Amino acid sequence: MSEINDARSTAGQWQLAWIKFRQNRVALVSGVILALMYLMTVFSGFLAPYGPDHRFARRAYVPPQGLHLFASDGLHLPFAYGLSQRVDDTGRTLFDHDPNIRHTLQLFARGDTHSFLGFETDLHVFGIEPTAEDGLFLLGTDRQGRDLLSRILYGARISLTIGLIGVTISVILGAVLGVTSGYFGGWVDELVQRTVEMLRAFPQIPLWMALSAAIPPDVDQITSYFMITLILSLLGWTSLARIVRGKVLSLRSEEFVMAAQLMGASHKRVIFRHLIPGVLGEIIVVATIAVPTMILAESALSFLNLGIRPPMTSWGVLLQEGRNLTTLYFHQWLLLPALFIVITVLSFNFLGDAFRDAADPYTE
Amino acid sequence: MLTYIVRRLLRLIPTLVVISIMTFIIIQLPPGDFFDSLQAQLAESESRADQQAFDALRRQYHLDEPLWKQYLFWIGGCVQGDFGYSFEWRRPVADLIGERLGLTFVMSLGSLVFMWVVAIPIGIYSARNRLSWSDYSLTFVAFIGLCIPNFVIALIAMYASVFWFGGSAGGLFSQEYKYAAWSLPKVWDLLGHLWVPVVVIGAAGTATMMRLMRTSMLDVLDRAYITTARAKGLAERWVIYKYAVRVAINPMISIMGMQIPQLVSGSIIVAIVLGLPTTGPLFYRALETQDMYLAGTFLMLLAILLLLGNLLADILLALVDPRIRLE
Repeated sequence: MSEINDARSTAGQWQLAWIKFRQNRVALVSGVILALMYLMTVFSGFLAPYGPDHRFARRAYVPPQGLHLFASDGLHLPFAYGLSQRVDDTGRTLFDHDPNIRHTLQLFARGDTHSFLGFETDLHVFGIEPTAEDGLFLLGTDRQGRDLLSRILYGARISLTIGLIGVTISVILGAVLGVTSGYFGGWVDELVQRTVEMLRAFPQIPLWMALSAAIPPDVDQITSYFMITLILSLLGWTSLARIVRGKVLSLRSEEFVMAAQLMGASHKRVIFRHLIPGVLGEIIVVATIAVPTMILAESALSFLNLGIRPPMTSWGVLLQEGRNLTTLYFHQWLLLPALFIVITVLSFNFLGDAFRDAADPYTE
Repeated sequence: MLTYIVRRLLRLIPTLVVISIMTFIIIQLPPGDFFDSLQAQLAESESRADQQAFDALRRQYHLDEPLWKQYLFWIGGCVQGDFGYSFEWRRPVADLIGERLGLTFVMSLGSLVFMWVVAIPIGIYSARNRLSWSDYSLTFVAFIGLCIPNFVIALIAMYASVFWFGGSAGGLFSQEYKYAAWSLPKVWDLLGHLWVPVVVIGAAGTATMMRLMRTSMLDVLDRAYITTARAKGLAERWVIYKYAVRVAINPMISIMGMQIPQLVSGSIIVAIVLGLPTTGPLFYRALETQDMYLAGTFLMLLAILLLLGNLLADILLALVDPRIRLE
């Protein structure tokens, strides 16, 4: 106990925050989950058993397949059964296990080629021996017979990065404008504040929808991706600029800032050496909480066909498949991408809460 | 108080002018206009599109004029209550939005009531039993509610209402009442359908409010005057509802003004998924077909609603909290 107290009495601001953060188990778990998720986006080509557009022509709407260890003749390496197709009396195609065909799960299987850091490779972490018809569909397939797990893994690339890049843009804009307007005051402050007020007068969701609808349909994928990101950060920076400005206003009148100015420090030095470190905690907290908002917004826009458009894949695009109620009734697994959204957003929220508690020196 | 309100209203005018200009620019952003997309549609269905007829139509709606002139035509009409003409519906925008606005407000108000009735008692309960198992589980449920995209909640609710409760899929009326005149059975039918969108739209807001009420309540419960009240031997119920809640609820009341506009714009996506006859799906369709006056008017209406909500929030706060007196 006294050891902790000793550590606390000599710890700096950031060490204190870290000590407090470390005690929050939920936040630590959330952090690990998010780290894994983002790692997953880097290696999605390896993790996904198939390419995002690999179609199994005769395997549309296959329900999630299980892996088995036991068969009638005892213990095996993990394997999946082959599928046999039949049509029931309502005309629907159903799939049954074919006990005679077993596909053993392979580690480091060969399959569709994908590029990784500029290299072309056909290596996948797991998969089954390629066959004409069967595949390994752990989360089922969609209308066109594409493996949902693979598509979720590829979709993560867009869904997860759009929030992060969008927040980075808002943080840069918000921090720069917030600091300048708080530090210099005068007409700069007036201009920034009026702009913020004006932008905030617009309702968020309809404005996002209107701007996304304005993206020309013929722009290439990268451009439309960045346009969506820009649209999402257009309103995001305003709240950050406000918070940063308020904090800078109060810091500006502190003795240490005056001391620095009296010692002849340049504006640049005062801002970067004394003010930015003072508001960094706030910036991190607001940024962490803003990421899930953007992820949710992207999924909603894409779901409405206003955001990311096929052939690009994001979790919102994948959820479009389940938009029809009858389709959903027979193929509930089409909602699985939502689970990934929920886990990501939940983790970010827990993390943001923990950051807030940790950054506040007055809570115990 | 009155002068304060009047002054705030006057200050809104320049903001409104800028908002209307920005709205107009935003709805003009997509390349081409409604008649281009109509022409493209006609060309696809292989019927002859007459260039001259389209040019005549463009002239009729001033679409051949420079942008600033188009804006002046539009805004001049808006001031007189004429918000332009919907090309797709071939009706005045004011009529179209007007007939759907009523249901939109009923739905938003319903969600507002739902949020308050559910969130406030749970917030109070959570704060009184802080860090208990029930508090943790309620917090967890609230977090989950915040994390599910609302269109997914809408899908699940629709699924549940159709396949588990035998209700109808989406919409606000049963088939037989859809086009019927208003009557008591029709209102009854509406209420039977309304709860699905009301709950779905209110879900995220309820979660946020619950958390806010809990924090606010915790803050108040630690104050000295609460301890004093308890020390005097006041009944616990009295301490909580007369002393603590009275103060803790102030921030909730102040955000109420903002909640209506937030609910109206928040309901757009849910309304599209559920296929409701409200303004949201109208706006979505107008964006798709570049029906610019319809989309623009709706966007501007929402912005005005948001500004008024801001004002209302400030007024409510001043009314409810005697410590905040203006001027």
